[in-house]
Amino acid sequence: MASRAVIARRIFGRGGLGVAGARAMSTGWWGGVEPAAKDPILGVTEAFLADPSPNKVNVGVGAYRDDDGKPVVLECVREAERRISGNLTMEYLPMGGSIRMIEETLKLAYGENSELIKDKRIAAVQALSGTGACRLFADFQKRFLPDSQIYIPVPTWSNHHNIWRDAHVPQRTFHYYHPESKGLDFAGLMDDVKNAPNGSFFLLHACAHNPTGVDPSEEQWREISYQFKVKNHFAFFDMAYQGFASGDPERDAKAIRIFLEDGHLIGCAQSYAKNMGLYGQRVGCLSVLCEDEMQAVAVKSQLQQIARPMYSNPPVHGALIVSIILNDPDLKNLWLREVKGMADRIIGMRTALRENLESLGSSLSWEHITNQIGMFCYSGLTAEQVDRLTNEFHIYMTRNGRISMAGVTTGNVSYLANAIHEVTKSS
Amino acid sequence: MASTIPDEMLGPVPTSGSNGVSVFADVVQAPEDPILGVTVAFNKDPCPMKVNLGVGAYRTEEGKPLVLNVVRRAEQMLVNDSSRVKEYLPITGLADFNKMSAKLIFGNDSPAIQEKRVTTVQCLSGTGSLRVGAEFLARHYQQRTIYIPQPTWGNHPKVFALSGLFVKTYRYYDPATRGLNFQGLVEDLSSAPSGAVVLLHACAHNPTGVDPTVEQWEQIRQLMRSKALLPFFDSAYQGFASGNLDADAQPVRLFAADGGELLAAQSYAKNMGLYGERVGALSIVCKTADVAAKVESQLKLVIRPMYSSPPIHGASIVATILKDSEMYNEWTIELKAMADRIISMRHQLFEALRERGTPGDWTHIVKQIGMFTFTGLNTEQVAFMTKEYHIYMTSDGRISMAGLSSKTVPLLADAIHAAVTHAN
Repeated sequence: MASRAVIARRIFGRGGLGVAGARAMSTGWWGGVEPAAKDPILGVTEAFLADPSPNKVNVGVGAYRDDDGKPVVLECVREAERRISGNLTMEYLPMGGSIRMIEETLKLAYGENSELIKDKRIAAVQALSGTGACRLFADFQKRFLPDSQIYIPVPTWSNHHNIWRDAHVPQRTFHYYHPESKGLDFAGLMDDVKNAPNGSFFLLHACAHNPTGVDPSEEQWREISYQFKVKNHFAFFDMAYQGFASGDPERDAKAIRIFLEDGHLIGCAQSYAKNMGLYGQRVGCLSVLCEDEMQAVAVKSQLQQIARPMYSNPPVHGALIVSIILNDPDLKNLWLREVKGMADRIIGMRTALRENLESLGSSLSWEHITNQIGMFCYSGLTAEQVDRLTNEFHIYMTRNGRISMAGVTTGNVSYLANAIHEVTKSS
Repeated sequence: MASTIPDEMLGPVPTSGSNGVSVFADVVQAPEDPILGVTVAFNKDPCPMKVNLGVGAYRTEEGKPLVLNVVRRAEQMLVNDSSRVKEYLPITGLADFNKMSAKLIFGNDSPAIQEKRVTTVQCLSGTGSLRVGAEFLARHYQQRTIYIPQPTWGNHPKVFALSGLFVKTYRYYDPATRGLNFQGLVEDLSSAPSGAVVLLHACAHNPTGVDPTVEQWEQIRQLMRSKALLPFFDSAYQGFASGNLDADAQPVRLFAADGGELLAAQSYAKNMGLYGERVGALSIVCKTADVAAKVESQLKLVIRPMYSSPPIHGASIVATILKDSEMYNEWTIELKAMADRIISMRHQLFEALRERGTPGDWTHIVKQIGMFTFTGLNTEQVAFMTKEYHIYMTSDGRISMAGLSSKTVPLLADAIHAAVTHAN
């Protein structure tokens, strides 16, 4: 093999490279590539990890922690993995993913005995967790309804905007969070629903809204569903926290069930990242409810056409875990108990954080901490206050004031309360 | 980020929901994927003597899928390690996996790696690596045309088109010789616009099994560098082609050694048998370390809205194996055994056709390399073989040698013989 110098001479000696080539040789092709901004959520954990302080607290990214602040692998998951290892092959799944996993997943969203499932009206494919499910739907929406747009709540998980943007679907927003009450801006939401053109697409968080933790009540969901009927809107549910919100998966699916009762043909993204603790396995499901079986077959085939040039077929390991757990009554029951355990711990931490703040004599209202539900609390802290928490107290959260309650423990809740009180007591 | 498109431009869309009419009512059923559809058809066939030579997944002599011993060991280690958790990987994936994947393809002593000019991100097997690379190019590269060989893997055109690149072809396969159309290749790349992207199969070209010689690769490299054509390697068979990991990486290393830039998509689907775990990596070799860091940050912006972060399981298995020299050695032995079995099937098939006096020159069966043989059979002959002999393959005449065994070689030889001598 000739030395690099010799090779370089050979290249230059062959009559030059032309302008483009010469430019390439000096700065390369990517000299003009700008460094991208850090992801606002994932960047928080990076910063946390880099902090040497022994008091540091990570209430940034939404991954569950136990009361010792440690990540958790559910017992049902460990057992499922023991059964998988050594026994099964690693062959390609079909493009649409694991049928067994999908069947059980649809029951969670649509109901154990759903007629819709029996009538095979649901087009469903395994997706790369919630992100992948949303992205498949966004690409599908763009391909088959190129003039449609998506209404996204304010605020929402920041990656929702990236997903529909990369799918080239234009975005609009609708009112959701009410900063004064730190609750739902129901009037604003209903106005936006009514004022949107008929047949608009709406992204709805099925439960445990991210980042606010503010969910409509059952009554409010019924009104929203009714108004959607009047306007013939399309409801796309992102359900990333089923079971995690109240501790009861059936209860957490209530919004979806209301819409189904009212006859809506919905779309739904489901994720097992949080409720089965399968984060890094990337397991989820995208479903689209159709008029009949034939349409469901057609829609599923087209969803597969979108997956094929993206990743060909979805990863098998996480799907096997889900499949084994949900198909085994004992493992499924164990899972339900473990999910409830996680939800209960979080509800307990909400109560503890609020009580701590109140007993510190804070003059502000902290009701919203226990009114809100799910992994996140939208604290109402300003970006400046969040920066103080980070710089002075080594507490890490996203700058919108979102606290991941899963990162709160009996060990750090009073430290956290003290710090929040310190930065807010003058306001 | 609200758009300001006025309502009248958005227009009413067909109604959804309560009156029962779906907004997707006009969606027609998509055709079966031509490659994966072969297995679907195969599975439906009730005949016990059926043979599946469609999708490129390795089979043992007994016709069974194979999980490598070293993979089983790695998996067991992971399961038994109770300290392991299932947290999100970073957007770019498992760091150890990325480092070692780069070394695997570029070589342990690669100057590009030592100079930190390579960014490597974990992706979903080969497909995912190609897609992420192509999306990056469509956003950041000044030339949005990619040249792909004629023929190529059926999924390539869609991957690039959906990423926003314009797809053109360059001549590759010569049906007359069933070998490489080198002159056509050189002509087509010579007339490509400066800076165009060129897809290169690193080894074991899919579907033809026809690879350039070492000398031809050097000529391709010189030609491409002189026209500033950007190489994008698809490496799905490293180790599987010749049985030797370093030999199969030579074309990629040739380009990386000249100091120029390139992209490389790696897959562990075949060479580690990790098919369904979707393990792969995209590497971009840049001019400087600074540029590589910026490029990596932009790759993250492609990945995050696609699937946030890659799956952990398969990458953990690969990292476990590559990190441990004893397991790495075991892997190379098992890999060579798979490659050797395939080479043996080539020779057996060639012999069987010779014995039957099947008309035609069948030496390409033993000259072509890797998992596939481009038989040269036409669509009618293929359909005949499927219908009469229950042999399943893609309609372009591509057969997966990995799907053959000593038992099924005679069946296939009979079928080919009948198809070729069959009067239409």
